[in-house]
Amino acid sequence: MIINVDTVKKIANLARIEVKKDELAGVAAELSEIVSFMEELNEANVTTTPPMTSVTPMRSSLRDDEITDGGDAGKILGNAPEKNEGFFTVPKVIE
Amino acid sequence: MNELVKLSIAEARDALANRSVSSFELTEAFLKEAKAATQLNAYCSICEEKALVKARSADEDLKKNATKALCGLPIGVKDIFCTNGVTTQAASKILENFVPAYESTVTQKLWAAGAIMIGKLNMDEFAMGSSNETSAYGPAINPWKGSKSDKKLTPGGSSGGSAAAVAANLCLAATGTDTGGSIRQPAAFCGVVGLKPTYGRCSRWGIIAFASSLDQAGPITKTVRDSAIMLSSMAGYDPKDSTSADKSVPDFESFLGESIKGKKIGVPKEYRIEGMPTEIEKLWQEGAKMLHAAGAEIVDISLPNTKYALPAYYVLAPAEASSNLARYDGVRFGKRIKADEFQSIDDMYSATRGEGFGAEVKRRILIGTYVLSAGFYDAYYIKAQKVRTLIQNDFSNAYRDGIDAILTPATPSTAFEIGDQKRKDPLQMYLNDVFTVTVNLAGLPAISLPASIDGNGLPLGLQLIGKPWEEGELLSIAFEFEKQLGFSYLPKKWW
Repeated sequence: MIINVDTVKKIANLARIEVKKDELAGVAAELSEIVSFMEELNEANVTTTPPMTSVTPMRSSLRDDEITDGGDAGKILGNAPEKNEGFFTVPKVIE
Repeated sequence: MNELVKLSIAEARDALANRSVSSFELTEAFLKEAKAATQLNAYCSICEEKALVKARSADEDLKKNATKALCGLPIGVKDIFCTNGVTTQAASKILENFVPAYESTVTQKLWAAGAIMIGKLNMDEFAMGSSNETSAYGPAINPWKGSKSDKKLTPGGSSGGSAAAVAANLCLAATGTDTGGSIRQPAAFCGVVGLKPTYGRCSRWGIIAFASSLDQAGPITKTVRDSAIMLSSMAGYDPKDSTSADKSVPDFESFLGESIKGKKIGVPKEYRIEGMPTEIEKLWQEGAKMLHAAGAEIVDISLPNTKYALPAYYVLAPAEASSNLARYDGVRFGKRIKADEFQSIDDMYSATRGEGFGAEVKRRILIGTYVLSAGFYDAYYIKAQKVRTLIQNDFSNAYRDGIDAILTPATPSTAFEIGDQKRKDPLQMYLNDVFTVTVNLAGLPAISLPASIDGNGLPLGLQLIGKPWEEGELLSIAFEFEKQLGFSYLPKKWW
C-alpha cells in the first residue's frame, strides 16, 4: 500500500474533506490502487522534455483597468446558505 | 411519438422556415416527450413555461423572416452550464438549490441565435464519471437496450443525459462538455454524434469547472450537419475566458460536402489494445476501408506515447479538480452543514464537503491533493505535465508528416449495465477513456460518429481526430464518413 491511513488523514485535512473513521482503510486502498497506476509514468523518458504550460500557444491577454461590472451584492448574496445584513456569515473565526 | 421530434436540426430549421410547422408546435412536442420519459431520467429539470414563451416569440420572429441561425429550435443543456434563474448544480448535492444570477457564454450565444431551452440534462457529478452513476439525481438511462437482455444500460458519461436525450428524441440537440471523453463516449454509447472542439474554441465562462486545462464544451447531435450548425453558434472569443481563442469562427456548415479525395487518414497502431472486442477491431478496419473508398489515403501511423495518456490524465485532471472544487466551502453558495456544534470554521468546511460531495468526487479531490502536496509535486504533477508534452508532440509529428485526420475507435466497449460489478472498481471505470483522453491532453478537436451495431444490437462509435482549429475540415471528413457508414438504427421505444 502506497497510501496508508495516516496519509489519507493528512490529505483529507488538507482538502478539508471529512472522511469517517470506518472509511479510512477503504479510501487508502482505493487511492493506493490509483497511485500505483500513475507510476506507469515513471517508464516515460522525459529527461529533456519541458512540462506543458499551455495546450495551445497563447499569450495572456491584458485589458484596460476599468470597472466593467459590480454593484450586485444582492445577487451575490442570493445563494448564500447563511447571511446577515449584507454579509456572508460563518462560525466564529477569531477568538 | 409525434413525428416532429424525429427531425434533425437542419430539417426542423427548414420546416420552420417554410412555415410547415411552428416553433410552438415543435417545442410542445419535445416538452411532451421530455416529460413522459421519466424512466430515462435524462432531464433534471424541465423549463416548460419559459420554453413556450420563447417559442411564441420565435414564431413572431419567423413571421418577420428573421435570420437567426437557431431561431425557434428546442435544445437541452447539460446541468454544468450556468443558466440565469434556472437551478444549476452539476448533479452535485453540494450545489443544492443553486440558482445562477448569470448565464454561461455558450448558452448565451445559443439563446442569442434563437435556440430554446427545454431543460437541464443529467450528468455525472461535476462531470467526473463515465456512466452517469455518480449523479446526485441518480443515473440517466440509455434508450438503447441489448437484444438479448432487458437490463438497463448506462448512456455513458459524463454527458450521459445529453446523449440519452438526443437519442430518445427529447430535444433536437444538446450541449455537453468533454474533459477526457465526456461528449464522445456517451455519444458513442447512445448512437449519436458528439463533437469536442479544439481547446479554446468555446468559452468556458459560466461552465462549472472540473479540469480547466482540459474542459471544453461541444454539441451532441443526431447528424454531422447538426454538429456543424450547433458549433457555429457555440464557438467564439470571449474576453471573460482568458483561454478562449481570439480567432474568427467560420460557418462550419459551409465545409460540408467538400471532397475528401487525397486526404490522409492516419490509423495509429497503439490504439489496438489488449482485450478489445473483435467487433470493434473489425469495425475500425471497415471504417478505414470506407474512407479509402471515398478517396482518402489510409496511412498506418504511430503515436508512441499513447499508453501514458491515461495515467497522465488521472494525475492532471484530479490535480486541477482539487483546486477548482476548493470553492465549495458552504459559505457563499450551495449546501452548508448546520454550524451550531462546530468548534471552528474548518470543521464546517470539512463536514460540508464530506457530506456534499459524492464518493468519486471526493476520491478525485483527495488524489489531486496528494499529487500536488509537498514532496510529490515533481514526481507526479510535473512528470505528468512533461508526458502531456510528449503526447502532444506525437500528434504534431503525425500532422507535420501530412496526416489530415486520425481514425480510432471511440470506446473500448459498447454501453454496459447500470451497476455493473466489473466496473465497481474506480480504476476499471477510468479505462473507458482510453481512446478519448489523448485528445484532451493535446487540446485537439475530435468527433465520435455512430458506425454500426454489435451482435447484441448496441451502437458502436468511431472517432475522427482533427488538427487544431480545423474543425471545418474535420466536419467535412466526418460528413463524408457519415454517408459511407449509413448508420440508420434507432432505439426501440420502451420508456
